[in-house]
Amino acid sequence: MILKIALRNIRRNTRRSAMTLSTIAVGAMALLVFGAFIANMVAGYETLMIRKLGHLSVFQTGYFEFGTGNPAAYGISDHRRVMALMDQDDELKAAIRVASPVVTLYGIAGNFRIDTSRTVMGVGVVPADQKRMRQWNEYRVELPVPTSALLADDDPALGLIGSGLARMLGLCEATGVSGCRAPPPRRQRVDGAPSGEDFSELLPPGEADPVHAGLPRIDVLAATVGGAPNVVSLFVGGVEVQGLKELDDSYVGMHLSLAQKLLYGRSAPKVTGIVLQLHSTHDMDRVRQRLATLFQRQGLDLEVRDFTELVPIYKGVIGMFVTIFSFIAVIIGVIVMFSVVNTMSMSVMERINEIGTLRAMGVRRAGIRNQFLAEGGVLGAAGASMGLVGAVVVIFMVNRLGLTWTPPISPRPIPLKLMLDGQGLLVAGTWMGLVALATLAALLPARHAARMEVVDALRHV
Amino acid sequence: MSGARRSPGAGEHQGLALRLRGVGKVFDAEGLNVTALNGISLDIPYHRFSVIIGPSGSGKTTLLNLMGCIDRASSGVVEACGQDVGTLDDDALSDFRAAHIGFIFQHFSLVPVLSAYENVEHPLLLLGMGAAERRERAMAMLEAVDLADQCRHRPNQLSGGQKQRVAIARALVKEPAIILADEPTANLDSRTGDSIIALMRRMQAANAATFIFSTHDPNLIRHAEEKFVIRDGQLVERHSLDSAP
Repeated sequence: MILKIALRNIRRNTRRSAMTLSTIAVGAMALLVFGAFIANMVAGYETLMIRKLGHLSVFQTGYFEFGTGNPAAYGISDHRRVMALMDQDDELKAAIRVASPVVTLYGIAGNFRIDTSRTVMGVGVVPADQKRMRQWNEYRVELPVPTSALLADDDPALGLIGSGLARMLGLCEATGVSGCRAPPPRRQRVDGAPSGEDFSELLPPGEADPVHAGLPRIDVLAATVGGAPNVVSLFVGGVEVQGLKELDDSYVGMHLSLAQKLLYGRSAPKVTGIVLQLHSTHDMDRVRQRLATLFQRQGLDLEVRDFTELVPIYKGVIGMFVTIFSFIAVIIGVIVMFSVVNTMSMSVMERINEIGTLRAMGVRRAGIRNQFLAEGGVLGAAGASMGLVGAVVVIFMVNRLGLTWTPPISPRPIPLKLMLDGQGLLVAGTWMGLVALATLAALLPARHAARMEVVDALRHV
Repeated sequence: MSGARRSPGAGEHQGLALRLRGVGKVFDAEGLNVTALNGISLDIPYHRFSVIIGPSGSGKTTLLNLMGCIDRASSGVVEACGQDVGTLDDDALSDFRAAHIGFIFQHFSLVPVLSAYENVEHPLLLLGMGAAERRERAMAMLEAVDLADQCRHRPNQLSGGQKQRVAIARALVKEPAIILADEPTANLDSRTGDSIIALMRRMQAANAATFIFSTHDPNLIRHAEEKFVIRDGQLVERHSLDSAP
C-alpha cells in the first residue's frame, strides 16, 4: 500500500513530479556520461602504461631504489632461469601474457658528425615482445597500436629515439621530424673538456653498411660494469614521440643485445629487469604474491614492482579524476536534494488533512514518515532509472559520432569514447546513490509530517 | 502505512463504550491558557446513537477528539472500551484507534489517490488482515452502502453523498466499538443528508456499533437515542431515551 500510495501521489501532481524527475534524471545522466568519459580515460591511460611498462617488473632487490644510479651493479644474472621458473608455474603461466627481459641504462648519445651530444636513457628490449605488448587491450579502448617505428629482432643495430633527442642531435631532417629546427652552433669549448673526436676514437672504424644506408647513425656511450667507457653505434630507424618532454629529449630505444653489449661489454650479459604483462590487470596482486613466494622458495634475491610504482604520477592522475568526479557528484547531489526537499515539502503541505485522517485511522507516526520516505525513494528510483536510459542513449550517440581529442599524455588525437561497459560500480553507485539521496532528502519533510498532531492536521483546510 | 499491531489491551465489555470523568482541556494560545473543556463527566453505553450538540465554539469537536483518542485531556480520565487511554503512548494509542475507533469526517477525508475500494480496505491493512478477508469485508461493506459498482472510482469521481457513504463504509469495515462523526451531514444537501442518516442508523443497527456525533443538524438530532448539550466547555444537559444516568 505504501508503494501504491507513493506512486499515485507522484502521478497526482504531474508537472511538479516531472520537474523533480527531470532534475534527478539529468543529474544521473551527467554523472553517468561524465563517469563513462573518465572511465574511458582511465582505461586508456592504463592501457598506454601497460603496453609500455607491463603490469609488473622483476628487479634485483635494491634496483628500484638505487639501481638507476648504477644499473650495471643491479643486474639479474640468470634471467632465463627466472623466466623458466615462471613458465613452469601453472598459475603464473596462465596469468602472464608476455614476459620480457629489459636493460635500462644511462649514458651519452652523440652525433659527432656535427659535434653534439646529450645525456640519454636507453632502454633495451626484445622487439618481438615489445610488439606483442603493444597489442594489449583488455578494456577494448580505441587507442592506436603503433605499427611504425618498431625495432627489429634481426637487426640489433637498429634503434629509436625520442623526437626531442632527434632535435638536439640535429637529426630532424634525417628522421623526418616535422616542426623542429637545427641546433644552434656550439659555443666555444671549455678548456680541457673532451671533444667529440675523443669519443669517436673509441668507435670501430667506419665501414660502409648497405643494410642501413640512408639511416642516420648516433653513438651511445656508457660506463660498463667495470667502469670502463664503452660505445656502440645505433642506426636511427625511427622516432617515437614520448608524452613527457624530459623523456622525449632523452629516450633511446634499442635491441636488448645492443644494450647488454653497451652495459656489460665482454662480461656475461645480464638484464636490469623482467617485464611481465598479464592478461588482466585484476590478476596483478595475485601474481605479485605468487612471484614473491616463488622467489623466496627458490632463494632468488628478486623483488617485484607494479607499474604504478614505476610511474608514481599514475595514482595522482587517477586520484585527480576521482576528485573531479566526486566534486561534480557532490554538486549534482546537492541540486537533487534541494529539488526533492522542495517537492516533498510541498507534498506534505498539500496533504496535511490526509495525514490527520490517516493518523486518526490508526497509522503510527512511523507509518506517516515511511510513506513520505517511500515517495522520495520512488522519485529517486524513477529519476535515476530515466537518467540511466538517457545516459545509455547519449553514450551510444557520442560513440557513434567519431569525435577525437588529444589527452595530455598522448602525442596524437585519440577517439573520444564513453565507456559504460564494465562500469557496474559506476552505474550501481549512481543509481543507488541518487535513490538514497532522494530518500534522505525526503526525511526532513517526512519527519515534519510524522510529528504533526492529529487534531491540528485535521483542522487544517 | 500498515504495520504489525500490538493489542492495546482494551478492557472487555463492561457496558460502557466511553467513560469520562472530570475531563478538561486547556489550550495554549500564544501564551494564554484557553479552557476548551472543563470537568466533563459522562458515560456512553455500547450500541448507542448519541449526539453532542451545542453552539459553535462550545467544545463539541474538542470533546469528540478526546473521545476518539486523537487528542489528550489536560485533566481527568478518558476510558474507551474500558481502557484508560491517557496511559497509552503514541504508538499504542494509534493501535487502539486502529482497532476500536472509526471516524466519519465532515469533509469526508478520503485518501484521494485511492479508489473507493482501497479507501475502505485501508483500515483492515492496519489490522494486518489477510488479503482474502480484506477483500471480502471491504466489498461487503461497499455493497452495504450501495457503492459496489463504484468500487474502482476515485473520490474525485464520486458525489458528496457517495463520498460520505465510502467514509461510513471505511469507518465500519473494521467493526469498531465506537464510531465518531463530526458534522457528518454538514456538507451535504438535505436529501443526501437524510439518506446518510438513514444509512448510519441502518448500519448502527446491523453492526451494533456505538455512534457518537457532533452536529447542528436537527434531523440527525431527532434520530439520536442520547443527547449531550455542551456550552462553554461544560456539559449542561443530557437527554436519554432510556433515562440512563
